[in-house]
This record gives sequence, structure tokens and C-alpha cells, in this order.
Amino acid sequence: MGPAPGITITGATLTYDGAAVFAGLDVMLEAGRLSALLGPSGVGKTSLLRAIAGLERLDEGTVHASDGAPLAGRVAWMAQRDLLLPWADALGNVTLGARLRGEKPDAGRAEGLLARVGLAEKRRALPATLSGGERQRVALARTLYEDKPVVLMDEPFSALDAITRARLQELAADVLAGRTVLLITHDPWEACRLGEAVYVLSGRPATLSAPLVLDGAIPRAPDDEAALRAQGRLLKRLEVGA
Amino acid sequence: MKRALAMALGLLGAWWGVSALALVPEFMLPSPAEVALAGWQNGAYLAQNALVTGSEILLGLLCGTALGAGAALVIAASGTLQRWLMPLLVVSQAVPVFALAPLMVLWLGFGLASKVALAVLVIFFPVTANFLDGLRRTEPGWLDLAATMGARPWRVLLGLRLPAALPALASGVRVAAAVAPIGAVLGEWVGASSGLGYVMLNANARIETALMFAALLVLGVMSVTLYVAVDRGLRAALRWSPGG
Repeated sequence: MGPAPGITITGATLTYDGAAVFAGLDVMLEAGRLSALLGPSGVGKTSLLRAIAGLERLDEGTVHASDGAPLAGRVAWMAQRDLLLPWADALGNVTLGARLRGEKPDAGRAEGLLARVGLAEKRRALPATLSGGERQRVALARTLYEDKPVVLMDEPFSALDAITRARLQELAADVLAGRTVLLITHDPWEACRLGEAVYVLSGRPATLSAPLVLDGAIPRAPDDEAALRAQGRLLKRLEVGA
Repeated sequence: MKRALAMALGLLGAWWGVSALALVPEFMLPSPAEVALAGWQNGAYLAQNALVTGSEILLGLLCGTALGAGAALVIAASGTLQRWLMPLLVVSQAVPVFALAPLMVLWLGFGLASKVALAVLVIFFPVTANFLDGLRRTEPGWLDLAATMGARPWRVLLGLRLPAALPALASGVRVAAAVAPIGAVLGEWVGASSGLGYVMLNANARIETALMFAALLVLGVMSVTLYVAVDRGLRAALRWSPGG
């Protein structure tokens, strides 16, 4: 993994069925930081993330890495659904990328990552035998196995119960440190616990708020006062935007 | 299992009743006892011919499945081949296999080959169509994931789309196992010197109806056994898939 680049999106325009999702949107994600992106459903958060991942083509606009090198091949993607292959065990799912690229899977490293997400014992388990939280941990380990400087996460914890979600947030903040991360979430508290810069995308065509910059190491404690105050401000802003 | 047994006994009872009351002439519907006797007396003859038909069915199932699965993979891999092969596939099914049977016997002879070819003709399409359907319906999220992982297209096909389509292939193979006997027996009717279809045709011509029924029963038991075995095998092999 090379040093994490920042990401600059300039003049992003995307149209669905004749209606502009966003028009001339500019976004700058700081290198090595976790940026959280909040916004109402259907506002275009996922489209923006998919455009950075190279999964969606923008009608206009460009996505650049701050170091000038192409972004392709330096991005790992984690979706809301775990997207685990039901026929492969946890280990096989973690090393999926290697197999699809024709590389020899590094079982040792994969087992290390599974241990890091607390699933060392479950490396031979099929996804159907795992709980929702465990499955998302495997997905996190699979994302980490890719070892990419940029990580894009699309509501990765939203389907989990509160306790499991809090644990996974802490785990993610820990294991993703040093990478450029874009985290889409609909949960202001998640944004405030994990975000070093928090953006709100709203309106149609959507516009991006000025970032709310939060200081202090992540993950922030559940009773962190600055984070709680930030959550309050965000909630107000989201209500005004709605 | 209990239900199947009760159903079989019920049907047997109804048959016994109809023949005992002599509602139908004996040469049209012999009693279960006569059929059992005919089966017992011709045991070796029936077994020998069942072996022939069984080999035709099994070989047809193997070749048809292999060819059908291969065709689906080739079509899924290449848009050009799809445009060339699909019309051929459709035509092969649009022409009734009954119409092709005499041709197959003319080309491939009275032996095993023409029956296997007809079974393959019957099997090929359900296998290809089901498998191709599965190959085309890969979970889009998996394909996105593969794209962000920098996967090569043919590795996505073999490592992702193919395993994901195995339950669909299994559906095709189940249908194939159910219809494979049609091809084999059809071939035997058109021209053969052995096999259960040949036995039935011969017995029918000599008004040995009891023997014909015995052959039909053997064929039925063989077909059901094949289907159940294939179904169980596929379920066991695809335990990860919710539908089996």
C-alpha cells in the first residue's frame, strides 16, 4: 500500500432520467483522513461514492488523486450488504480479490486479518452460519485484505444492531487509520464518532455543505462531549436541509 | 416417503379393482398379478434390456449436461458467439425431437449412439437455458466488488459467475434427469434391437400386454430412481444454496 492520496472531485454532474442528481459538484477529501458523508436517502451519496470507485460514470466532471497517479486499482469498496459469497468460507471470502486477480491467496495474512476483526475461530465458517455482525466483520477483513490506500464505505454498519454497530465502528476506525476513507452514513452519531471531516449532501441537484471538522482521535468515546455537540449541530442542519 | 408409498398403494388398489371388476378387456389392462407374473417370468430379459436403456439414459444425461453447460459458458463468455449460437439452439428445439428421431437412427445406426444423441437433444436445451439464465443473473453487488478488485473478466466468469449459477444449472440438470428417458425410449421405438422401448413395442405387437406393462413399470422405477438420485446429489453438493 502506497501513501494515501487525497481525492478531488471537480464539476461532478450526474443526471438520472432527465433530473440532475448533482450538477457541478466539487468535493475534496483530505489524504489519510476519514471523511463522513451524511444526507437524506436518494440524494446521490451512493452515486458519488460509486463514481469515485469507478463503478459509475459521471456525465461530466473528473475524479483525481492528489498525487496525480490514477485512482484505479488503489480503491477498496465496502457496501451496506456484506456481499459475501455463500459458497466460500470466511477465509475464501477474505482472499476473493486475490483469486479474481489470479494471485496466490496469502492465507497467513487473511487469517491475521480475521483474527484482527475477532473471527480467528470462524475462518472455515460459511457465511450462512455467521451472524449479521460477523458477516460484516468478514467483509471488513476482505476490504482490508485488498490493502488499498483509499477505502470507500457505503453505510457499512447500518443493518446492524446498536451494540454490534458501536463495536464495529471502533474496530473500523482502528484498522482504517492512515487511509483516505469516505464513509457514507445516514447516522449523524456515526459520522461524529468516526468522521474527521463531516459533509452533508442535500438538495436537488445536491450540494455539499462546508465540512464540519472535528478534532481529536477517532473513534470518539460514546460520551465524548465535543462529538455529542457536533451531532446536535448536524441534526439541526439536516432538519433545515430536509 | 410415506405419502409416496400410500399413493403407490392407492393406485395399485384402484388398478386391481378395475381389472378385477373386468371393466376393461384383459388385453388392454392386465391385472397387477398378471403383470407381476410376466415380470417374474421375463426377469432376465427385462434386466438385460433395462441395462441397455439405463446406459443410454445415463450416457445421454452426462453428455447432454456437459455439452449444455459448456455451451452456456461459451455463450456467457462471448457476445459474438451468443449471436451465432442462440439461433442454432432455438432451432434445435423448435424442430420436434420426434421428427429428428428417424434421422438420428439413419445417421448413427440402431445401436447406442442414436439413443444417446436423442437424449442429448432433449437434455441440451433445458441445461443450457437454465445455466445461462443463472450466469446472467449474477448478483450485481458481486460484480461491482469484482470490478473494484481489478478482476479479469474470465476469472469473474469462472470464479464468481459460474459458482453463483450452479443452483440454476442444478435446476436444468433436474429437468434433464426427468426428460432423459424420453430421448432414449424414443430412439428405441424408431429403430433398435434392444432396450425397454424395444421390448414394449415388441410386446405390444404380440398383444403381450402384461409384459409391456412390466417393461413400463421397470422404466418408471428407473426414471424415478434416477431423478431422486440426481436431486439428492445436487442438494448435497449445493448445501450452501438456500433453494438447494
